[in-house]
Amino acid sequence: MAIDALTQQPALLRVKRSRESQSALMWRRFRQHHLAVWSLWIVVAFYLVALLAEFLAPLGPGDYNPRYTYAAPQGIHFFSTDENGNWQFGPYVYGYKTEIDPVALRRTFVIDEEVKIPIAFFVPSEPYRLAGFIPMSIKLFGVTEPRAPLYVLGADRLGRDLLSRLIHGTRISLSIGLVGVVMSLFFGVIIGGFSGYYGGWFDGAVQRVIEFIRSLPTIPLWLGLAAALPRDWSSLQIYFAITIILSLVGWTELARVVRGRFLALRTEDFVTAAQLDGASDWRIITKHMVPSFMSHIIAAATLAVPGMILAETALSFLGLGLQAPIVSWGTLMQEAQNIRTLASAPWLLLPGVAVVVVILALNFLGDGLRDAADPHGR
Amino acid sequence: MLRFLTGRLFSMVVTIWAVSFVAFAIIQLPPGDYLTTYLATISAQGERADPRAIEALRQQYGLGQPYLVQYWKWITGIVLHGDFGRSFEWNAPVTELIWGRLGNSILLEGLAVVVMWFVALPIGVYAAVRKYSLGDYLATIFGFLGLAVPNFLFALVLMYLGYVWFGTTLGGLFSPEFENARWSLPRIWDFFSHAWAPIVVLATAGTAQLIRIMRANLLDELKKPYVTTARSKGLPEWKVILKYPVRVALNPLVSTIGWLLPTLVSSSVIVSVVMNLPTAGPMLLRSLTSQDMYLAGAIIMLLGVLTVIGTLISDLILAWIDPRIRYGGN
Repeated sequence: MAIDALTQQPALLRVKRSRESQSALMWRRFRQHHLAVWSLWIVVAFYLVALLAEFLAPLGPGDYNPRYTYAAPQGIHFFSTDENGNWQFGPYVYGYKTEIDPVALRRTFVIDEEVKIPIAFFVPSEPYRLAGFIPMSIKLFGVTEPRAPLYVLGADRLGRDLLSRLIHGTRISLSIGLVGVVMSLFFGVIIGGFSGYYGGWFDGAVQRVIEFIRSLPTIPLWLGLAAALPRDWSSLQIYFAITIILSLVGWTELARVVRGRFLALRTEDFVTAAQLDGASDWRIITKHMVPSFMSHIIAAATLAVPGMILAETALSFLGLGLQAPIVSWGTLMQEAQNIRTLASAPWLLLPGVAVVVVILALNFLGDGLRDAADPHGR
Repeated sequence: MLRFLTGRLFSMVVTIWAVSFVAFAIIQLPPGDYLTTYLATISAQGERADPRAIEALRQQYGLGQPYLVQYWKWITGIVLHGDFGRSFEWNAPVTELIWGRLGNSILLEGLAVVVMWFVALPIGVYAAVRKYSLGDYLATIFGFLGLAVPNFLFALVLMYLGYVWFGTTLGGLFSPEFENARWSLPRIWDFFSHAWAPIVVLATAGTAQLIRIMRANLLDELKKPYVTTARSKGLPEWKVILKYPVRVALNPLVSTIGWLLPTLVSSSVIVSVVMNLPTAGPMLLRSLTSQDMYLAGAIIMLLGVLTVIGTLISDLILAWIDPRIRYGGN
């Protein structure tokens, strides 16, 4: 196909090709995959939310208000009519009024359309540190009246704002995916690299180990390992222990990809040439082989992130992953475990929507990267 | 065929041994053992345990001995006497507790596999034959959703919808009156009226993947010259498709059971917890949190062993339908 193209427009194409770097070629090919480009923006948006969590979330993850347990989502309204019937622009939410449920005889909060609570942007707040080190005392949006309720996505059993907790949970859930993949990548590249480059008995042994791990059901394994974590560990220790547990299985897939690429490249002419020139193994691997399959590794790593996020969510949901003071999508979903709770407060399932969107976006992004990883292909 | 079979059986035995070793290592990991946890709870309640009874228990299970000694006691008990040890929490032999639950697990997973195949094959074939049709796009969308929706979320949504629309709680496998009854026609009916929901949840993710694989396989086959030949010879279209390319496309599909099964067993654990099913999953979770190590170890090991056996069966089916594997040695 390339030859046909060259004979048709020889001068033009030759000049253009010779100027483009590997990354430019990849980017050009990636852009043709519209779904992947959209997914890239979605993923970037989610990671921005994770980074700016304190600024975006109107309330802290632990701020509770027992006056508004299981308050229904308010939503945000943008247009209102004043008493003369004129349209006005300005975001606001409705207030709540309490009603006694005639059957269950308990207080429920229903939206009171009489009360309008205006929302303002860049409202002052308690001082906090953005991403842990930038001192700030302003939030993206919030209510201006003190003590006015703001539960855009509803509240949980302690009257904590679901939106704020979702935003804070994004940081934990998305970062655990990244950290887990980085660790899997570390083991996967080293073990898979050795296995593919040297072959022989080591390769055979590694292949058996990988087959063995992949033939095991992972959830019972993870549950067993997670249950072994000491109860008195700090949140940070638990966090890293969970990522290590997840990468115990995660490295196998990446090691397979790396090994496959090594096997394919080992017999390439440029590797033989480097060997004949007397280059050391280390130099051949890092200077000649790794750059030529870096893009494949990036794609495989991207495709591994959703699995990590799902695994963390599942573990935390079962109560053996991250524990209560840490807010992650999994611990948020734990609130929704009881069907009766769920029936009265279905908005507690909303973290699941975030999970699904991110998993889909990461999968499309990974597919797009994988196709783009080989710019000369097809 | 015999060589193939012995080779596979040998590697299965080695794998099962490795599974048992890993399972025992995992339940040995937590600091302390059940007795320390037990003593802590008792002293927290202000009671004193009889030191001699505790010591007797410690002796009986070899607690506090080196890892390999404990493992040896455990594994010889299983292999020679079928004795998986005693559950501390239930104060009963593990074997009494787990077989019924494991049976339910196997039943559910088996039914999920059957549903998966029956749903995925026709849809996969349709999606490949009518490429880029509306049905193909629907199948693709379904495939992506099956990929992205965690099964416990799907179970929760299903339970919520069941509660809101029908006012019933989907969950459990039997109505109370059939819980301990013998198998009979009404009990089977009762079982299916409960079990459809978990089976649907369990089968969805796998179905989505199978459709994608079947579609891709069949698309590769449909391009091949022998299909054109068959068509040009005047074979009816359904025969052209079903007689040759579908059969060839099935081969790689059978081998997918090998990696489908571990995921299925995994998801059945978590779905069972959500839907409150009397399978091995909730029991595993409970035994892990209470450090009931022999129970947890037995469940982890048996789930692993079942997966390995299931994979072996799929390998045998593959060898049976594909002579190349049978004679290729590997």
